[in-house]
Amino acid sequence: MPASQDFHRWPDAHGRFGDYGGSYVAETLMAPLAELTGAYLRLRGDAAFLAELDRDLKHYVGRPSPVYFAERLTRHVGGARILLKREDLNHTGAHKINNTVGQALVARHMGKTRIIAETGAGQHGVASATVAARLGLKCVVYMGATDIERQKINVYRMKLLGAEVVPVTSGSKTLKDALNEAMRDWVTHVADTFYIIGTVAGPHPYPMMVRDFNAIVGREARAQVLEEYGRLPDALAACVGGGSNAIGLFHAFLNDAGVRIVGAEAAGEGIATGHHAASLAAGRPGVLHGNRTYVLCDDDGQITETHSVSAGLDYPGVGPEHAFLKDAGRAEYVGVTDDEALEAFHLLARTEGILAALESSHAVAQAIKLAREYPKDGIVLCNLSGRGDKDVHTIAAREGIRL
Amino acid sequence: MNRIDARFARLKAARRTGLIPFVTAGDPSPAHAVALMHALVEAGADLIELGVPFSDPMADGPVIQHASERALARGVGLDDVLRWVAGFRRQDDDTPVVLMGYLNPVEIRGYARFAQEAVAAGVDGVLLVDCPLEEGEVLAPLRAAGLKRILLAAPTTAPARMEKLCESAEGFLYYVSFAGITGAARLSVADIAARVAGLRERSRAPVAVGFGVRDAQSAKAIAGFADAVVIGSALVERLAGAAEEGEIAERARAFLQPIRAALDA
Repeated sequence: MPASQDFHRWPDAHGRFGDYGGSYVAETLMAPLAELTGAYLRLRGDAAFLAELDRDLKHYVGRPSPVYFAERLTRHVGGARILLKREDLNHTGAHKINNTVGQALVARHMGKTRIIAETGAGQHGVASATVAARLGLKCVVYMGATDIERQKINVYRMKLLGAEVVPVTSGSKTLKDALNEAMRDWVTHVADTFYIIGTVAGPHPYPMMVRDFNAIVGREARAQVLEEYGRLPDALAACVGGGSNAIGLFHAFLNDAGVRIVGAEAAGEGIATGHHAASLAAGRPGVLHGNRTYVLCDDDGQITETHSVSAGLDYPGVGPEHAFLKDAGRAEYVGVTDDEALEAFHLLARTEGILAALESSHAVAQAIKLAREYPKDGIVLCNLSGRGDKDVHTIAAREGIRL
Repeated sequence: MNRIDARFARLKAARRTGLIPFVTAGDPSPAHAVALMHALVEAGADLIELGVPFSDPMADGPVIQHASERALARGVGLDDVLRWVAGFRRQDDDTPVVLMGYLNPVEIRGYARFAQEAVAAGVDGVLLVDCPLEEGEVLAPLRAAGLKRILLAAPTTAPARMEKLCESAEGFLYYVSFAGITGAARLSVADIAARVAGLRERSRAPVAVGFGVRDAQSAKAIAGFADAVVIGSALVERLAGAAEEGEIAERARAFLQPIRAALDA
C-alpha cells in the first residue's frame, strides 16, 4: 500500500491531518499541551498503562460491546442487514466512557488532582464525573445554560456523582461556549488540572488521543463482523457532531478500501433553512477551538449558532480528521434532519426494543437509507453510540406530551 | 521605518516607558470608535491595540468577552474595524495600530486580501491570539505586506521555546504576566521583573508587559523593567456603558492620564 493511502499514519508530528488539525491556541496553552503530548505518547507505548486501560475497559466499562443484528428493523426496511454496535450498553450509556477512562488514567499518571470537562448532551460530563469519582479526583463540568435546561437528567446524574456543574451563559450557551469556558479554566489552573476534552476536536494532541481511546469501537466491531459473517461490512454509519464515536468506528476500517464510510451530521430543520449543525456538509475550512477544520461561520468569520434536536450534535465545528477524510474522499458526510432522526428513534424502539440517544438516532436513520442501497445479503454497520433515556423529556415535549 | 519600530526607537531615546491601551473595536460605541482612538492618544497612548470582535474569544476573560459580544450585537465586523483605522489615519499618521484578535475572521477573509486591506487602512501589526509561532506560516502574506507579527510569551513558556520567540520577535514581544485569561489575577512583580529582564536581553524586539495591569500603581511597578505596559480589561471595563462621545473620551482620559503620569514620573 503506498504511503499516501495509509490513513492510519495521521496525524503527523505537528498534529496535522493533511491541511487540518494543528495547535491554534494562545501561548499560555503551548506548554501544557506539550506536557500532555509528551505524557500521552510515553503512556501510549507503555505496556503497564495499556494493561491497566484494558482491565478498566473490560471490568468497569463492560467491553467488548456486542454487535447486534437488528433483524426486525432489517426486515422492515427491506434492504441489507443492519448491524448495531451497541455502545449504548457501556457503563454510563454511551461511547464517551471509552475516552474518559483513558484520559483519567493519563491524568493520574501526570499527577493531576482536578478534572474539568465540557459537555453538550451531558454524556461526556457524566462519563467524566464517573471516572473522577472512581479515581477520587475533583471534577468540574462546564455546560451551556441552554443544554442544562434540555438535559436535566444528566445534570442531576453529574451532581450525584460529586461533580460541580457550571452553567455557561456566554455566546450561544451551548457546547461551543462550554468548550471556551473549560479552556479558560484550564489555562488558569493548569498546574493541578487535567482537561478531558470529550470529542476529537481541540488542539493537538486531543484529536489523536480521543480517537485512540475510541478506536476500540471499530477494532472490536471489525473483528466481530469478520468472525460472525466472514466478511467486512459494505458500509458504516455513525453520527457526527464533534465526531468521536464516528472516528471510533471508522478508524479501524479506513484502510479497507471496499468499506464505504458515511457520517451523519445534524441537518436540523433542513440544511436549506440554515438551522442545522452540518459543519462538513455545509461549512467551510476555518479555525476554531485550537484546530483547523470545517466550521459553520458567516462571511466575517464569526461562528454561527447551530441547531439540532440533539444537544450532542449541536456544534459548529468538527474533528479535523473528519475534515481530512472528507477532502481525501475516504468518507462521505451527509445531513439527517431532526424529523428523520425522530422517525428512526421510534422505528428502532418499536422493532427492536431499543431506545437510542437522539444523536445515535441520526446514525440509525442513515443506516436505514444505506441499507436500501444494498442487496439483502449486504451488511450496514451502524454505531449505536448511546442510549436514549436522557432524551425522553425532549421527545415528549416535542410531541406535545406532558410527563 | 514601520510605525511600531519608529515609536519604540523614540521611546528608547527619550527613556520613556510606552503605554499601550487595548480597546475592543466598536465598544462602547461604534459611532465613536475613531474618536475613542484619538482620545487614547491625547491621554498618552504610544500605540493602540484594537481588538477585532470574535464570537469565540477563547483566551479572554469576561470583560473582553462581553465587550466583544456587545460589539458583535451592534453589527461590528472586520470591514468596520479597517474603516475606523483608515479614519484614524486621516488625522494621526504616527501612532502605531495593532489589530488583536483571533484567526478565523482573517482566515475567512483570506490572508492575502486581509494583508492588502489592513496595510491600505494603516494597520501596522497584528496579534492573532490563537496563532502561535508553530502555526505562523499562514501569516506569511501579512508579513510580506509589511505587517508586524506580534508574538506572545508567557510565564509557562519553556526556556528553549522562549529562545525561539525572542529570535522571531518583531514589533514588540508581548509578555503576558501570568498564566490565565485576560483581566484576571494578581501580579507578582518580582517574578515578572526577573523574567522580563531575561527577555529584554535576548529579544530582538522591545518587550511589552500586559494581562493584569489595572491602574497607575501596577503600571508603575512594571514600568521600571519593561519597554511598554499594556492595559486592557481595566480600561474596557471603565469605558463600558458610555454612550456619548464626550463621556467616552473623558473616561479614557480620566483612566489613562494617571497611568501616563506614573510611567513618566
